Amino acid sequence: MTIKESKTINTFIISIISAFLLTMFILPLLYGISGSLKSKEQLSSLNHSPIPQSQKKFNYNGKDCEIFLVPQEDGSKVPLAIVKKGRDKSVFVDPKNPKAGEITWNGKWRNLESEWTTDFQFVNYKKGWVAVNFLRLFKNTLFYAIITTFGTLFSSTLVAYGFSRFRFPGRSQFFLILIATIVLPSAVTLIPVYTIFYKIGWVGTWLPLIVPHFFANAYNVFLLRQFMLGIPKEMDEAARIDGCGPIATLYKVILPQCIPSVISVGLFHFFWAWNDYFNPLLYLAGHPEKYPISIGLSTFSNMYSTETHLVQAVSMIACVVPFIIFVVAQKFFMEGVVVSGVEK
Amino acid sequence: MIKKLRANGIQNWEKKWGLIFIAPWLIGFTVFYLGPMVASFIFSFFDYNLIQPEATAFVAGENWKRAFLDDPIVIKSIAHILQYTMISLPISFCFSLLVAVLLNSRYLLGKKLFRALFYLPSMIPFVASVLIWQGIMNEQTGWFNLILQNAGFPGIRWLASTRWIYISYTLIGIWGCGNTILIFLAGLQGVPKELYEAATIDGANSWQRLKAVTIPMMTPVIFYNVLISVISLMQFFLTPMVINNGSGFPNGMTNFPMVYFYRQAFSYFNMGYGAVIAWVIFFVGMIFTLILFGTQSKWVYYAGDKK
Repeated sequence: MTIKESKTINTFIISIISAFLLTMFILPLLYGISGSLKSKEQLSSLNHSPIPQSQKKFNYNGKDCEIFLVPQEDGSKVPLAIVKKGRDKSVFVDPKNPKAGEITWNGKWRNLESEWTTDFQFVNYKKGWVAVNFLRLFKNTLFYAIITTFGTLFSSTLVAYGFSRFRFPGRSQFFLILIATIVLPSAVTLIPVYTIFYKIGWVGTWLPLIVPHFFANAYNVFLLRQFMLGIPKEMDEAARIDGCGPIATLYKVILPQCIPSVISVGLFHFFWAWNDYFNPLLYLAGHPEKYPISIGLSTFSNMYSTETHLVQAVSMIACVVPFIIFVVAQKFFMEGVVVSGVEK
Repeated sequence: MIKKLRANGIQNWEKKWGLIFIAPWLIGFTVFYLGPMVASFIFSFFDYNLIQPEATAFVAGENWKRAFLDDPIVIKSIAHILQYTMISLPISFCFSLLVAVLLNSRYLLGKKLFRALFYLPSMIPFVASVLIWQGIMNEQTGWFNLILQNAGFPGIRWLASTRWIYISYTLIGIWGCGNTILIFLAGLQGVPKELYEAATIDGANSWQRLKAVTIPMMTPVIFYNVLISVISLMQFFLTPMVINNGSGFPNGMTNFPMVYFYRQAFSYFNMGYGAVIAWVIFFVGMIFTLILFGTQSKWVYYAGDKK
């Protein structure tokens, strides 16, 4: 075997394994698409085709008659529409030639094979959209995600700048505490924080979800600081000689250099907020008009647990915007993960 | 003299501006972390119900005694999350490593497309992904059981049997592996090529190279990911809440610490007892973190001993 041949074989094997693994990996997504396009009857029907199908029908004398594959004496099967169902014999017509009259066939029609035709239930999407009031969920989620992304970027940049560019007493101790808060389970602070928000009447409003993000997030500060440390200090000094104060230096010198990491941090936060389930559940319970997508979806699935097709349709709708963001900002996502995960 | 004064001036200037810039975090830390942590500790010694604040009473160690001695659910929920961690962590790590090795292979065609498609499910909103998996695991109409039945096997009660529940939850979580895959991939790309060449010259086959070169070189990345995963698993909440509203079905197996905490503190408003459960979650996470750091020198390999 030549080297070239063995290389081709390796390429083939590796690519096939990867393709198989990928198919398994995204199989549930394919199920979701399939399930969202079926009706409740199609889902529980014995026809398990992934492509939504219904039994073909033929309109005969103003009545929809199901079409079955009826075996003939010569062994072939002919699609015929059933007109009158009987126990041991039924009456059919030939949909291609209905004028030829009714045909009586001896045998049990229940044992006959049906003729199927594709039948997508796009109406599920419309029904699901209306039932969860998706537009409202979407607006709420977008509002929450955008305003807190702004808040955390604004405050975390300031704090990261403070930690990376200025010497002050206790800096390294403060930074250590900041890192420690990353691994602190939120449960430990939750009850008093909730109590405060309850006492000042903020429970049931957006405020407890938004305000804390304007006080910097430890993880974001860490990432931004790492990036800022890589910017040469001479640049700040040059700016200072040109008469820039520390704030002007931040937005004229440091920020333009940090754009990629700011975008990564912003995207990660945006995505986190888009998914946030715990905080809205805690602070918005009982206020459906303020629910984000996460709570709206889970409430819907609890209420309509038997309507799998609608639950799947709504889940698919929820994927659309994140997928679009992914396609547009793929580079920032994938690079951001690597920066945050490896360079620690 | 003037020089010294100027140096002092710069120092004071730096001090002032440094503190101004980190002020948002200092304030946030005091209001949302430090204060609440102290308060949470104090709450744990009180019978405190937010709905009836007038009935608040000091109960000394009653809540702590209840959590460790009288209420078996707290200990059980910890045991459940440890059990789940032992199952889900190895499975999702092996899967992520396998995918990363494939994506890193020089033989793979269409690398970029594969990488994007393996990452894509990570973008699906978590609640939606749980609902999609719940659908495919449906006992009657889900594809998993239909595939099994077509192959002649009996169907599995994915989300209702105590034997399968953690496997099912692990599968549901597998779409979250996108980040781990990418981090492992970057780790693999960081392994120096010379090491592989040297191993090949010494006659190592690809399995031996994986065992002797790739995995040791990857241990720092694995270490970081184990740490992050354990911390987030201690707060595992969304999946059991979405699937059965935190009821613990089947047989309390999905009654994880965070779920129980939420129920005690925010359904029954037993906030004193809730605070104790929160501290239990904290201590268990802490013990794990310490164990990980303590055993680090035994299994994490830092090339050139750099930290």
